[in-house]
Amino acid sequence: MELRASPHLRVSPSVEVIMRNVVYALLPICAFSVYQFGISVFALLAVSVITCLLTENLICRLSGKTPTTGDWSVVISALLLALTLPPGFPLWMAAVASFVCVAVGKMLFGGLGFNVMNPALVGRAFVQAAFPASITSWTPYMLPGRFAEFIPTSLATPFLRPAPLAEWIAGKPLDGFSGATPLALMKFDHVPTDSIQLLIGTTAGSAGETSALLIFICGIYLVVRKMMDWRITASVLLVASATSGIFYWMDQSIYPDPLFTLCSGGLMLGAVFMATDMVASPVTPWGVWIYGALIGFVTIIIRLFGGLSEGVMYAILLANASSPLISAVTQPRIYGATKPKGTE
Amino acid sequence: MTTAYKRLIDPRMWFMGTFSHGIHPAENKQYTADKAIQRFPFAPELILPLSQHAGAPSVPIVRPGQEVVRGEPIAEAAGFMSVPLHAPATGVIKKIDLMPTAKGPRTLSIILEVYPGDSQEMRFYQTRNVDTMTPQEITQAVQDAGLVGLGGAAFPTHVKLSPPKEHTVETVLINGCECEPFLTTDYRVMLEQTDDLIEGTRIFMKALGAKKAIIGTEDNKLAAVEAIRAKLPADGSITVKAVKTKYPQGAEKMLAKSLLNLEIPSGGYPSSVGLAVFNVSSTAEIGALLPVGGGVIERVVTITGPGVEKPGNYIVAIGTPLRFILDQLGLKGGSQHLILGGPMMGSAISSLDVPITKGCGGVLVLTEEDTRGETSRGVHPCISCGKCVEACPMHLNPCNMGKLAYKHRYAEIAESFHLNDCFECGCCSYVCPSSIPLVQYFRIAKSANREKAKAS
Repeated sequence: MELRASPHLRVSPSVEVIMRNVVYALLPICAFSVYQFGISVFALLAVSVITCLLTENLICRLSGKTPTTGDWSVVISALLLALTLPPGFPLWMAAVASFVCVAVGKMLFGGLGFNVMNPALVGRAFVQAAFPASITSWTPYMLPGRFAEFIPTSLATPFLRPAPLAEWIAGKPLDGFSGATPLALMKFDHVPTDSIQLLIGTTAGSAGETSALLIFICGIYLVVRKMMDWRITASVLLVASATSGIFYWMDQSIYPDPLFTLCSGGLMLGAVFMATDMVASPVTPWGVWIYGALIGFVTIIIRLFGGLSEGVMYAILLANASSPLISAVTQPRIYGATKPKGTE
Repeated sequence: MTTAYKRLIDPRMWFMGTFSHGIHPAENKQYTADKAIQRFPFAPELILPLSQHAGAPSVPIVRPGQEVVRGEPIAEAAGFMSVPLHAPATGVIKKIDLMPTAKGPRTLSIILEVYPGDSQEMRFYQTRNVDTMTPQEITQAVQDAGLVGLGGAAFPTHVKLSPPKEHTVETVLINGCECEPFLTTDYRVMLEQTDDLIEGTRIFMKALGAKKAIIGTEDNKLAAVEAIRAKLPADGSITVKAVKTKYPQGAEKMLAKSLLNLEIPSGGYPSSVGLAVFNVSSTAEIGALLPVGGGVIERVVTITGPGVEKPGNYIVAIGTPLRFILDQLGLKGGSQHLILGGPMMGSAISSLDVPITKGCGGVLVLTEEDTRGETSRGVHPCISCGKCVEACPMHLNPCNMGKLAYKHRYAEIAESFHLNDCFECGCCSYVCPSSIPLVQYFRIAKSANREKAKAS
């Protein structure tokens, strides 16, 4: 007979199951992105997943550990990374981003459970700094022939400057594509984009961030399966809309309205899938609200007053870094806690 | 029908008191909930460990070869934190020797050979009038009866009847929650020994000078609530109340919160907030024992699980070896995991020679199939999902505590993370998706800290 210490039952889903379900939740977003931007995005996703898997496997082997790719977490990082990149991002740069994502963002700290920051965002932050031109080159959505032809920059030769996109886009039967995301249009030119378009995703932008509605629905799936902390998402979105609401109320001519704020850029993708990264977020009941609020607030401040048009990535990385501190100051009040002497 | 579904359609269950956090394991009470209590035959040999309770082991007062009568004291209490032991059957003392127990190490036990032909009538008793007894006499009588908490902790009951002088007990809580899955001992006792339960409650109230008593149970046992309500005394001093079905509702700290919204302070006793908490089986036992004298010689045990051929609720003589019980009831389906107590807090045992003791309310036999999910899972690093923080009924932070325990920083867990408030309910381990043995770590941490305190 076997001897084991109590409890003798356990029914909660295992790490693999949770991670696999997050991947399932990301698949519709990937599919929509491929539908919208064509085979370039498909190649981007494939390169990212393959590079991430190989990197994790290689590092596990080098450090003499059993490969941990079976827990599916690396696939999440890979998909999230690809979804935050522009559709026409050169594939070799995506491979670099994926390598940094897994090697520096995750394995350097000790693998799953030990990473301080969201690995996908570490990878993206690296290429944002390394390839500032490519990461802000946007292509139009729903181009005819997008399933037959790569966006030329995708296939750029490594270490050479990718061909400018303007000529290629000019050759397409489109009118008035500005080559900017709705956020950039709003920030630099004060041209608003219709919120309905932002909701369903008929805009330019990073591969997976365009449809706020789809991301939200995929998030609900995870919340229903109790595999995502809805409090973080709620806190990010509430504070982001409240902060931008205050500025909108002060000057409607410069600042965007809260609905635009919620639906544009990477806020939804960040709030649903990246801020909720379990490893890098606090565990205490108050901590998760503070953590989410920090992301929402910093995002809006960067968007409105920073040099960049989008601030979700740095907001989440900053909040990830503050997470241990937030946890430390928000330890729960235990049952039956007695007041320290002298406070009564 | 699950309790969650019943809660939707039964208005009686709509506004139940409860505590925050906790978990909802599958109840699995259907195996034995509707089976009336039956008497179990005597085993040819009973094994009676001298340490069946929390506190000092009893001191034997019999010699090998001596004949004893059913109900006769065979070991006496070693001081206040101890209780005597009574012969569960008429027979002869075979030897006093080290025998295996569920706790692990072999402990000194009295082995009693039962006379097979004996009628096993109770011949050792003295009737007394409980109404004329003083509180001190009752407390003494409770100790003489060898009563300990039959819910599982086996804490001597008379100690609870003697709260510190500065505390007054106003309310007696009778705990019939039985939140452990599978077990139905307390439920059957509430249904079938209701008169004894009420009598025991009155005895406890008298001993403590308490003005009221609440019998609390979970709302998956509403039949018991009705059965008790029909027999409550007219003066309204005793009430019965259901609380939400949730694990670990049966922990006294949780029950105090659910019924009265009181928190027993950290490091304090229930009497710090004017409470005394007793298990229903203990209460019914004293209600039956005190008027006639005699001691605890048998108890109701749920023998259940997918691995038992004939599950049921049985009155089993203390000291009956498991081998005898399982031979009688039959095993099936590759049963391989034997647990004394419930699946959440019970202890797995490796030897069938382990006997039923006073604190053991259940024997659970799981099959290979039931434990496969458990054994096939690998342990992953903590992913800080926070599920344990959401589950801990004490509102501790098992996530941080687990990380510290992994690094053997035991003293730090006690100082900064309230390790000693953990009562080892196992909710954290139950919910952990990484299968980290959290509560097991905390047990190790506690004993490491104790050893260290002893050494210094």
